[in-house]
Amino acid sequence: MTETSISCPLPAPPGDLVQMAHGGGGRLMNTLLRTVFLPAFDNPLLAAAHDGAAFPSPARRLAFTTDSYVVRPLFFPGGDIGSLAVHGTVNDLAMCGATPTSLSAGFILEEGLPLETLRRVVRSMAAAAARAGVAIVTGDTKVVERGKGDGVYICTAGIGAIDHELAIRPGSVRAGDAILLSGDLGRHGVAILAARSELAMESEVESDSAPLAEPVRALLASGAEVHCLRDLTRGGLAAAAIEIAEFCRIDARLDEGAIPVSDPVRSACELLGFDPLHLANEGRFAAWVAEKDADRALAALRSCPATAGASRIGTMTRAGHGTVTLRIPMGAERALDMLAGEQLPRIC
Amino acid sequence: MKYIDEYRDPAAARGLARAIEKVVTRPWKLMEVCGGQTNTIVRFGLDGMLPAGVTLLHGPGCPVCVTPLELIDRALAIAALPGVIFVSFGDMLRVPGTRGDLLGARAAGADVRIVLSPLDAVRIAQENPSRQTVFFGVGFETTAPATALAVATAERDGVSNFSLLVSHVLVPPAIEAIMGSPTNQVQGFLAAGHVCTVMGFTEYEPIAARYNVPIVVTGFEPLDILQGVLLCVTQLEEGRAVVENQYSRSVRRDGNLPARTLVEDVFEVIPRKWRGIGEIPASGLGLRPRFARFDAESRFDVASIRTEEPPECISGLVLQGLRTPLECPAFGTRCTPERPLGATMVSAEGACAAYYRHRRTAPAGAP
Repeated sequence: MTETSISCPLPAPPGDLVQMAHGGGGRLMNTLLRTVFLPAFDNPLLAAAHDGAAFPSPARRLAFTTDSYVVRPLFFPGGDIGSLAVHGTVNDLAMCGATPTSLSAGFILEEGLPLETLRRVVRSMAAAAARAGVAIVTGDTKVVERGKGDGVYICTAGIGAIDHELAIRPGSVRAGDAILLSGDLGRHGVAILAARSELAMESEVESDSAPLAEPVRALLASGAEVHCLRDLTRGGLAAAAIEIAEFCRIDARLDEGAIPVSDPVRSACELLGFDPLHLANEGRFAAWVAEKDADRALAALRSCPATAGASRIGTMTRAGHGTVTLRIPMGAERALDMLAGEQLPRIC
Repeated sequence: MKYIDEYRDPAAARGLARAIEKVVTRPWKLMEVCGGQTNTIVRFGLDGMLPAGVTLLHGPGCPVCVTPLELIDRALAIAALPGVIFVSFGDMLRVPGTRGDLLGARAAGADVRIVLSPLDAVRIAQENPSRQTVFFGVGFETTAPATALAVATAERDGVSNFSLLVSHVLVPPAIEAIMGSPTNQVQGFLAAGHVCTVMGFTEYEPIAARYNVPIVVTGFEPLDILQGVLLCVTQLEEGRAVVENQYSRSVRRDGNLPARTLVEDVFEVIPRKWRGIGEIPASGLGLRPRFARFDAESRFDVASIRTEEPPECISGLVLQGLRTPLECPAFGTRCTPERPLGATMVSAEGACAAYYRHRRTAPAGAP
């Protein structure tokens, strides 16, 4: 083991596979760390080769979150498990109104995974972290026997700095709040579905997977009174709107005509019998802001490229049971409900 | 989105609703046959746009809903066999059998897969020659040609490890069963546009004449359905009872001849059990003797599995338009999409699920 191997790793021949010993704590694991993880995530805290990262607190108030990523396939149009594992956790921090600063990354690798696949995932993570302005400062690797994993599972946890006095959380939502949506819905859900080869569905849709810290900073910098933020991952907009409404026991009305959905996503939904309001997103969020600041907040979102397509989609109407109604362009209204399980493609 | 948005135009919809109001002089009860139509009606709130006297009853045209419990139990038995790959359309996976559903079978270790086309099941069989691949062939005349094509392909390519659990049913016998019932309330039908795209509508003409009931072949978009209602109530007001084609952009009088020929080559008409209704003579499709070796029920010896329907579920009455989901004492309490008693609560096209999904306006926590 020499210093040069850190900065100049020998490329492993293609066809090299993850072995049980890569998680065994011995020489092979050490080589994996030095040749794959350390060069990609390169930062002083990680280079210290300690059991954890020790650093001064980036702010008086912190946000802390964790998430696990088990997506199949590992690579899909618009992203991969690596970028997703960074964006997902960075976005959960952003939804707390925090600026993400550091992440941990735990890898569960399946025996037999090509090392080149792992390198691709790790490179993608590093690029996503750089784009989001966070450092991956500590990590862990385990290997499970062949057949007991889907190639790679990643668990990331993150810390973010909160440098404002707002209480951004479901309990802060008030009757009369405006509900804003950061962009069009359903891209990630459709991209993943199309990428799973067993459905044999072709689609041009790319995942919307993206970091959301920048638009959230712009939103907060606008001075708007932001009450709550929620990223629209599993369960989509419908689940988020219902969870918030039921938690604070305030009814909500959404205007279906104001909710942007791209034509390719709509086509896929028409074909499969899916509702875009229930589809997963990885780069979209909803914001509950004081009515008086709705226009200012919307303008701030629209000034960021990632949220240029933001729109106002509804209002928290009055204290109640937390019912969310959807106004349909044709004039009628219907109650929105969460799904019982996954959306399943219908027969005809 | 082209070819969709034109049929969802709010101003045009209001215009049709006004035209219906102008025509109607007394109450009429119409039945939309297809579950896809039911879903459009509830999702877009179309019934709320109609004059008070015009009632839409939700018909038996959801393939998931009418598949009898017995067949689900047979599917579960086959799926649980070692070495079997059980392939199905997505919404069959949550339909409860006597003990659990196919999603539960998958969790317990069965290899259950979702496809969009029956031909994919043949491909799966070819890719797994040492295992048995079984396709759950569910649906009305709309999906029957694709299933027939899968069987014909398996025969042509000698895919002997492919078989079919058949549950195809036919619309006209169901309409006749409803019209022949002494408790019938239906005065006019919106026939299922996609079924007629395959089959045409000549077989509905004798039914319209025999029962003196107007039948309008209708599409699935909001304007299609409103126009179908307008044509149907106009006939009723004028005392006419014929078959009319609202969905002419898709349906021809004789249907799709190659598709019909394929279905007739592979299948023959047999009696079938309907969930909640019971056996209807000549109401379904079974494999012709020439294709009998592709019949999963005999290959896996499950034909002896017999099951009775749970007594509390009124889905049979709902499917015949005799009750609405809201008249069921179990609706929303002992029967929900998470724990369905019957298939009408499971499928996206089922009347109970459509009511539950779009109308759950009762206060949270209240029954």
